[in-house]
Amino acid sequence: MPTVAPLDLQGHCIAAVFLDDVPHFALADGAVHRLDHGHKTVQANDGLLAAFHDAANDRLITGGEDGKVFSVTAGGNAAELASAGKKWITSVAAGPQGAVAYASGKIAFVRFADGKTREFSHPRSVEGLAFSPKGMRFGVARYNGATLHFPAADGKPVELEWAGAHTGITFSPDGAFVVTTMQENALHGWKLADGKHMRMTGYPGKVKSLSWSAKGKWLASSGAPAAIVWPFSGKDGPMGKAPLELGTRGNAMVTSVACHPSQDVVAVGYDDGMVMAVRFTDAKEVLLRRPGKGAITSMMWDRQERRVAFGSAAGDCGVIDISA
Amino acid sequence: MTNAMSDAQTQIPVTVLTGYLGAGKTTLLNRILSENHGKRYAVIVNEFGEIGIDNELIVESDEEIYEMNNGCVCCTVRGDLIRVVEGLMRRPGRFDAIVVETTGLADPVPVAQTFFMDDDVRSKTRLDAVVVLVDAKHLPLRLKDSREAEDQIAFADVVVLNKTDLVTPEELSKVEATIRAINPAARIHRTTRAGLALSEVLDRGAFDLSRALENDPHFLEAHDDHDHHDHDHHDHDGHHHHDHDGHDHHHHAHPSDIHDVTVQSVSLRGGEMDPKKFFPWIEKITQMEGPNILRLKGIIALKGDADRYVIQGVHMIIEGDHQRAWKDGEKHESRLVFIGRELDAERLKKSFDACQAA
Repeated sequence: MPTVAPLDLQGHCIAAVFLDDVPHFALADGAVHRLDHGHKTVQANDGLLAAFHDAANDRLITGGEDGKVFSVTAGGNAAELASAGKKWITSVAAGPQGAVAYASGKIAFVRFADGKTREFSHPRSVEGLAFSPKGMRFGVARYNGATLHFPAADGKPVELEWAGAHTGITFSPDGAFVVTTMQENALHGWKLADGKHMRMTGYPGKVKSLSWSAKGKWLASSGAPAAIVWPFSGKDGPMGKAPLELGTRGNAMVTSVACHPSQDVVAVGYDDGMVMAVRFTDAKEVLLRRPGKGAITSMMWDRQERRVAFGSAAGDCGVIDISA
Repeated sequence: MTNAMSDAQTQIPVTVLTGYLGAGKTTLLNRILSENHGKRYAVIVNEFGEIGIDNELIVESDEEIYEMNNGCVCCTVRGDLIRVVEGLMRRPGRFDAIVVETTGLADPVPVAQTFFMDDDVRSKTRLDAVVVLVDAKHLPLRLKDSREAEDQIAFADVVVLNKTDLVTPEELSKVEATIRAINPAARIHRTTRAGLALSEVLDRGAFDLSRALENDPHFLEAHDDHDHHDHDHHDHDGHHHHDHDGHDHHHHAHPSDIHDVTVQSVSLRGGEMDPKKFFPWIEKITQMEGPNILRLKGIIALKGDADRYVIQGVHMIIEGDHQRAWKDGEKHESRLVFIGRELDAERLKKSFDACQAA
C-alpha cells in the first residue's frame, strides 16, 4: 500500500520536485518549502509564475511577478540568475550546458552558464519556452505557431506555422518532435525532419500538463477525464494512431501527469486531488492518494523510482511512497 | 446558451476601463484605487502611463489579440489577459476586484470576450461592466480619426462623458446625442475630472443576467416617457433618435445621420414568444450576424413561462437565463436591442415578429 506524507501549505503549488532527493514545493507566493529533516522554507521570487525542473543541474528555475529569475538548489539556496525589469516573467526553461531561457512579454532571453545573455524579440508574446535536448536550440510557443532559435550561433530561426494561439511547448527527448499546447483544447506537433504536422485534438479541456515517458516513447497529457497518452515510437509520431486513455474517471478531470522514469507507468493527478498510477500495457490502476482539497498541479518521481512528490492548487501537498 | 449565474458568488468582478488617452481614465482609476471603500484592486494595464497609478498590485501586459481557431473572425480573446488573470488568481487573497485599463486604441470586444470564452478565466472571474471615458471636447475629432472610439462607446455599459467644463452646453448636448446615437443602451454620466459616484462604475453587474433589470437599458423599459428616468440631464435635439413612438411601430433602426457614426441599433418589441421559434431564431441570428453585432440585450416573454427570460450577447456569444417571475399586472412583452453595424432592421423585425406565439 502506498503511504502519503502530507505537507499542508497555504497557497497554490506551482511545482513539486525533488532536489537532491529532497521534496520541494514552490508556491505562487514565491516561497519554496521542503521536507528536509523537518519543514523548511526559502523565499525565491516575490510572486512565482513559472518553474522548470533542471534535471541536469538538479535545480529548480523560477520566474515571477518581480521580473526575476531564480535558481533554487537543495539545501535552501535561492540565487537570482537574472532580472528583466518590471514585467512578469511568464515562462522559464533550462537547457544543455547550464543554459536558462526566460520570457517577458515579447522577448525571450537566454542566459548561458557563463552569465552572458542574449535577447530574442518576437512580433507577438512569448507564451512558452523549451530547450531541445540536443544541441543549443530552444523553441518559443507563440501565436500561430512556434519559433526555433539557435542561441549559440547566428542565423535565421526556424518558423513552424499553425493557426491559433500556442501556449506551451516541449521537445521529444530524442529531439525529433516539437509539441505545443494550445489555447483551444488541442495539442499540435511537428516532426522536425520534414515539418509534418500532427494534430492531437478531442480534449474536453485545455491541456496544461505534458510528460514524456521513458525514452520518449509516449507523451502523456492532461485536459480530459483520463490521461491521454500519445504513441511517439513510430517515425511519424502519433499520426494515424489512437492515444491510450488511462485512469478514466467519470466525475473528475486530469490536471497533472508525470511519467515514471523508467517504466511505462504514469502518475495521474485529478482536479479533486486524487492521484493514481496507471500502467500503459494493461491500464491497471493503483490508487496513490485519495481526493484532497484542490486540483493536482504538479508531480515528480524521485530517482529511486520510489516516491512521487505532488502539489495542489489548494496547498495540500505531500510525498507518496509507493514502496511501503 | 449557458448559465452565467452559477458561480457569481465566488467570482472576482472585473471592470474594464476604456477610452482615449486624455479622456480621464487614469483620474478615474486613481479615484477607484484611493477612495475609502475597503476594497483592494488588482490593476492590469497595457502600458504604464505618464501619470502614475498608485496601487500595490499593477500588472503590465502586452495587448495580445488571439483569434480562436474555430473559423469565426469575431471570436477573439486577449491572450495576455488569460495569462495575467490566471497568474493573479493563484494568489486570490490579495485583491477583491480587478480593473483592466486598456489603451486608447484598444478594441474592447476581445477584452470582454475573454471573460466568456476562456473556461479558466470564466470560472474564476466575471465581467462586471465596460466603462468608457469620453472627452467631451475631443470626441467629435476622435470619431473622425478612428473606428475604435466609436466601438468603445458602442460596446460600453457606462459612458463617462468627462471634461464637460471645456465645452458649451450646446456642444455638450450634441456630444451626448452622438453617444446616444451610437449606444442607446448605455448609462451616460456627465462629469468633470471623472467626478461621479463610484457606485455608478463599480459593481454594475452589467453582464449578470440576474441583474439585467437594475441596469436596464432605458429603452428596454416601459416606454412612453422613454429615457427620462435614467438621468436628469438629458437634452433632446434634432439628432436624437429613439423609438419614442411607443404606439404602432415596435422596432426602430437608425444608421445615424450624425456624421462619422457607423454604428446603429435596432430595437425590437413584441408580445409573447414561442420558445420553439425564438431560440432557434436567436441562435441563427447570432451565428449569421455575429460579426456585425457588438452587443445585444433583451427581456423575453416566453409563452407558457411564468418567468422573464433575459439574454445578452457579444458578437456570436449569447447567454440567456430565467430571471424572475413576471409580476402581477406586468405586461408580458418581449424587448430586444441589437447594437452593431450593417444590421438589416427590416429582416430582423420580420423574423422576430415571426417568433411570436400564436
